[in-house]
Amino acid sequence: MDFDLNEEQRLLKESIDGLLTDSYDFESRKKYMKEKGGWSKTVWLKLAEQGLLGLPFSEADGGFGGGGVETMIVMEALGKALVLEPYLATIVIGGGFLRHAGTDAQKAAHVPGIIDGSKTLAFAQLEKSSRYDLFDVTTTAKKKGDGWIIDGEKFVVLNGENADTLVVTARTKGDRRDRSGIGVFLVPANAKGVAKKSYPTQDGLHAADITLTGVEVGPDAVLGNPEDSLALIERVVDEARVALCAEAVGLMDESLKTTVEYIKTRKQVGVAIGSFQSLQHRASDMFVAAEQARSMSMFATMASDFEDAKERSNAIAAAKVQIGKSLKFVGQQSIQLHGGIGMTMEAKIGHYFKRLTMIENSFGDTDYHQRRVADAGGLI
Amino acid sequence: MDLAFTKEEQAFREEVRSFFRDNVPPDTRRKLVEGRHLTKDEMVTWWRILNRKGWGVSHWPTQYGGTGWTSVQHYIFNEELQSYPAPQPLAFGVSMVGPVIYTFGNEEQKKKYLPRIANVDDWWCQGFSEPGSGSDLASLKTKAERKGDKWIINGQKTWTTLAQHADMIFCLCRTDNNAKKQMGISFIVFSMKSKGVTVRPIQTIDGGHEVNEVFFDDVEVPYENLIGEENKGWDYAKFLLGNERTGIARVGVSKERLRRIRDLASKVESAGKPIIQDAAFREKLAACEIELKALELTQLRVVADEGKHGKGKPNPASSVLKIKGSEIQQTTTELLMEVIGPFAAPYDVHGDDGSNEAMDWTAQIAPSYFNNRKVSIYGGSNEIQRNIIAKAVLGL
Repeated sequence: MDFDLNEEQRLLKESIDGLLTDSYDFESRKKYMKEKGGWSKTVWLKLAEQGLLGLPFSEADGGFGGGGVETMIVMEALGKALVLEPYLATIVIGGGFLRHAGTDAQKAAHVPGIIDGSKTLAFAQLEKSSRYDLFDVTTTAKKKGDGWIIDGEKFVVLNGENADTLVVTARTKGDRRDRSGIGVFLVPANAKGVAKKSYPTQDGLHAADITLTGVEVGPDAVLGNPEDSLALIERVVDEARVALCAEAVGLMDESLKTTVEYIKTRKQVGVAIGSFQSLQHRASDMFVAAEQARSMSMFATMASDFEDAKERSNAIAAAKVQIGKSLKFVGQQSIQLHGGIGMTMEAKIGHYFKRLTMIENSFGDTDYHQRRVADAGGLI
Repeated sequence: MDLAFTKEEQAFREEVRSFFRDNVPPDTRRKLVEGRHLTKDEMVTWWRILNRKGWGVSHWPTQYGGTGWTSVQHYIFNEELQSYPAPQPLAFGVSMVGPVIYTFGNEEQKKKYLPRIANVDDWWCQGFSEPGSGSDLASLKTKAERKGDKWIINGQKTWTTLAQHADMIFCLCRTDNNAKKQMGISFIVFSMKSKGVTVRPIQTIDGGHEVNEVFFDDVEVPYENLIGEENKGWDYAKFLLGNERTGIARVGVSKERLRRIRDLASKVESAGKPIIQDAAFREKLAACEIELKALELTQLRVVADEGKHGKGKPNPASSVLKIKGSEIQQTTTELLMEVIGPFAAPYDVHGDDGSNEAMDWTAQIAPSYFNNRKVSIYGGSNEIQRNIIAKAVLGL
């Protein structure tokens, strides 16, 4: 049992923290947000240069063979700096599908471009009524010759505007909520029949609603078993949840730090407001919430390697519950302790709050995961 | 980073577990499961079994009878002990006064007291809190005046846990009225059988008798019963209170209770079916289990950190343990109340003999709920813990 980073991991942390300190202050972020698709290609290429985009890919695929802990380090750092670039969409999720189910040919076609920063991906999964159920899929993929024809609508696809390739979940068999009959397809974003409507999200990222109308793809578009890929989707989404937990920990750390600094310097009635016990206790509770979240983020990171899929999912669901509760408390109280200034777009803290809030509603909120843990028979 | 216990650690867990299985008197275990108070005899019997095994004072240095275990082994031992459940060692002797004596006491004191603490030949109690000194402990007034080769002690202590069983007390006494309040306190030990010591029970809201008032009226104590230096008692008290950081989370206790809740909830019916099938209840239970898992992980972080970097600099996460640990213990007793519903009401009509198994299990649930309100108050209330985090961790 060991919760420390090893030497290489410490270096990784230093290197990404250093890079983001240099190139990701709050003012720069505002500029990046205005670039096409809502993020900076220059920053993305810097991440590529440092090897961060190749981190979780195997050495055989041209990557560095990093594991869950390495992704945790990166996601925490990205959270801390409120980074807009599509690491989750491209490296964790899109890359995750390729790592778990890509054939050699598929990897050869996609991974080098991902690692060198020239290609990004997006995960087109959410549907109008699917909410958090990954098996609730109405988008269809029908066999045509060797290939497939895909029809359906996908919503809030992060990085949907810039992505070169979409990873699309689609039903090849069965009814809307059947657990079998779901496939995963790699769809070029510029394929005929793909229509995108892009927009900024509440937390400063960009997403797109995507309509697929008679989109034809070849047999090489299929990731894994086209008729039974729910387990694959769950696996990759579990990894995305773990990554979001780590990002949230980074965001909470920074929110707490910023808030504590603020109440140390903000004076009223001649004294720093941080000298008031009611505020001190609130800040202490924020610390407790953030530490509990950190513990569960570590737990989830280590749980992603559990052999037993049920045990893995249960642990990650539990982590998402703790993170959801902690982030809500830390986020809301950060605003409260900042007072009026916390309500302004100008102050950094509100942007942390907004990103934290959106994380709670990504891939299952607190109630959703709490129910999953309850239905699985608990955690003891 | 690695969550797994080593093979050796797993084997150690098995060894500990099977020792408990074979050696904890079944009636003692049953009473703990049901949240009942144990008799002095039941506790001492078990502690002597533990001491014979060499595990009575496991965390002491080996020359005084400790085991030399790693932090992880201590963690495993405590967890198994709490979740079996078996009575935990008497903290006042084993975790509090013992370490003060072997760290600050002279050779004679070590020889005289340590073996008797280990075997519970002396039952120790703690003389810290006073009616006017709770969280502001340093304001204590109990006075020890030197007269020749004796101390004359006058004053009153309160909340003295299980003083009714005690043979010995370690006591913070004011020995210098002119010094700054923390600087004029000494750490003195003496017999509870001394002339002038009066113990008066305090009945708590659960109907139990755990705590007492203790009065000192011209109690004569040999001068040599001073531990360490005169007027340094505050330092020893801080040492003592900081000594036991991780056990305070009581993760094992809460685990055991959650297992019991799950078990009862699958037997007790609500709306014609076991209450565990009620979605709202099940989610509440899951919520508590998740909180406990997070706390367990936080505790493991602290344990692993101590194992690697020593106990010198406490991990900031350690201040989480008391707050969350007490909150979760309280939640588990609330959930038990929820499970038994209207049967929370009967007072302990069946007594302690376990003769009426059908109803017996309900009798202690409400008292245990009432009693557990203490856990966020004692050992530095949770509000004090928040002050500590604000000052020591956040720099406010």
